[in-house]
Amino acid sequence: MTATTMDIETASQPARGQGAAGEMIFRTLCFSAATLLMAALAGVVVSLAIGGWPAFRQFGIGFLFSSEWNPVTEVYGAAGPIVGTIVTSILALVIALPLALGVSVFLVEFCPRRISRPIAIAVELLAGIPSIVYGMWGLFVLAPWFALHIQMPLLMDLDPNGLLGQLFAGIPNGANIFTASMILAIMILPYMSAVFRELLLTIPSQVREAAYGLGSTSFEVVAQVMLPYVRRGTVGVIMLGLGRALGETMAVTFIIGNSHGFPHSLFDSGSTIASTIANEFAEATSDMHTSALVALGLVLFLLTFAVLATARALLASDKH
Amino acid sequence: MDRALRRKITNSIFVGLCGAATLIALGALVFILWSLVVNGIGGLDLNIFTMTQPAPGSVGGLANAITGSIFMCAIGMVLAIVVGILAGTWLAEYGGQTPYGHAVRFLNDVLLSAPSILVGLFVYEILVRPFHGFSGYAGAVALALLAAPIVTRTTEDMLTLQPNTLREAGMALGAGRGFVIRSVIWKAAGAGLLTGALLGFARISGETAPLLFTSLGNQFFSANLTQPMASLPTTIFQFALSAYDDWRRLAWVGALLIAVAVLAVNTIGRMLARETHRP
Repeated sequence: MTATTMDIETASQPARGQGAAGEMIFRTLCFSAATLLMAALAGVVVSLAIGGWPAFRQFGIGFLFSSEWNPVTEVYGAAGPIVGTIVTSILALVIALPLALGVSVFLVEFCPRRISRPIAIAVELLAGIPSIVYGMWGLFVLAPWFALHIQMPLLMDLDPNGLLGQLFAGIPNGANIFTASMILAIMILPYMSAVFRELLLTIPSQVREAAYGLGSTSFEVVAQVMLPYVRRGTVGVIMLGLGRALGETMAVTFIIGNSHGFPHSLFDSGSTIASTIANEFAEATSDMHTSALVALGLVLFLLTFAVLATARALLASDKH
Repeated sequence: MDRALRRKITNSIFVGLCGAATLIALGALVFILWSLVVNGIGGLDLNIFTMTQPAPGSVGGLANAITGSIFMCAIGMVLAIVVGILAGTWLAEYGGQTPYGHAVRFLNDVLLSAPSILVGLFVYEILVRPFHGFSGYAGAVALALLAAPIVTRTTEDMLTLQPNTLREAGMALGAGRGFVIRSVIWKAAGAGLLTGALLGFARISGETAPLLFTSLGNQFFSANLTQPMASLPTTIFQFALSAYDDWRRLAWVGALLIAVAVLAVNTIGRMLARETHRP
């Protein structure tokens, strides 16, 4: 009789000692972990805002519009790095977007199925290469090649006072805004082509077949039927690439030349927000210097957040 | 007929351009890997793993940097896996559909794509500045913050893939919900959870920016996590930008090591993920 009661008692305890209390604890643990992640993000924003506050208070709105960055006189204006960030990211997009479109259309439409998968994986491997490796490659391989084969000939041939001459002016060492954008373009290409390929695969095959059935060529199907079909998603892909490019740090730090102030030409050295922080933060000379760098960080966060939130909204609306 | 010819030519050009774009992307990959191997393989010997960072001009290796990287990545991954799997489980099994759940998912995605250098700044503000010193722990926490969102997201995806019949079967036997999750769902999604961990690891093992002002770097061998600690990426950064040829050679070796490790882990992770997707 006692044995039976014990059996029943054990059985009514769901699964060996995991009572309601155990359930509660596990659930609370899971909930706390989720909340911790939210708190971490909130912490990032709050700490950037607090750390950057002295700089914002000191320089006001001029912090965003002045390009004077001088740790000696303690005057900090972020316009140089902000412009550098935006220019390199947009240039990178201009280079990467046609490539990403080409790669994904090729893989979805023209490539034999058997080799399409390996190629897609190979392109995605580009995303796995660490940023610092891109940086080294850019500094030691791309920059010297670029200086010798692109910059020098242009420097020789173009009239230095002409429009083109001014656009391509700069010290021919290969470390400039344009090469930084090239590296960024290679880095964001795999993300953009992967998402774009997924978008193209969501197009119902009837839509494509109908267009082919009307006698369209592949080009016409892609340009007039498929791309319009994923229009909004395409903008999402662009924003996604932009968001990636904005925050990229190490690769750019290696190759952009790291000079403050506005870049004067395509082949001029410059800096981005992330590269400025990476270069100066550990060696900041004063509290105001540190604060200005943290304030730069906040600007970068707001930029990437806005861009990525837009990308997300656009991609979500196109997938349904 | 003229028009048909023109359409045909436009089409061929278009197909050609798409192919060319693919070749450029593949070419970039091959070119980068090739330069890594050419520049890095020559310096790869046993000294790399047994000797610490040399003074310019003398023989040395990367042992201190490799150990530091392993220490910080290991601690970072443990933190990230614990938080990530629990948070992912909450999203998939408990509160994922509530407004709070949507908020968590969105902010997790924001954290996932936030520039890593900003995470470094955050950890500097909370762990370096108050304690007046760079430390290995700070580096590990920064890495954990970068890996946790990836683990969370993959965990949620993989748990959502598990059929509801599994959950119902477990609960019909009288097991509690948490018990079913831990002993049935987690086991069924085992490979998927491992994928999340591997992808998180692949991301943080090459990260440089957040370590620059959390663990700082250390030219000596140190296993003390309360002190500044060397790591492979920060050492590569320092060596590559130095003026010494032998330091630059070491930087290439380090870059080769990191790239091979990251690509290998990434590939294994992806292969595992495909296994799970195809039940």
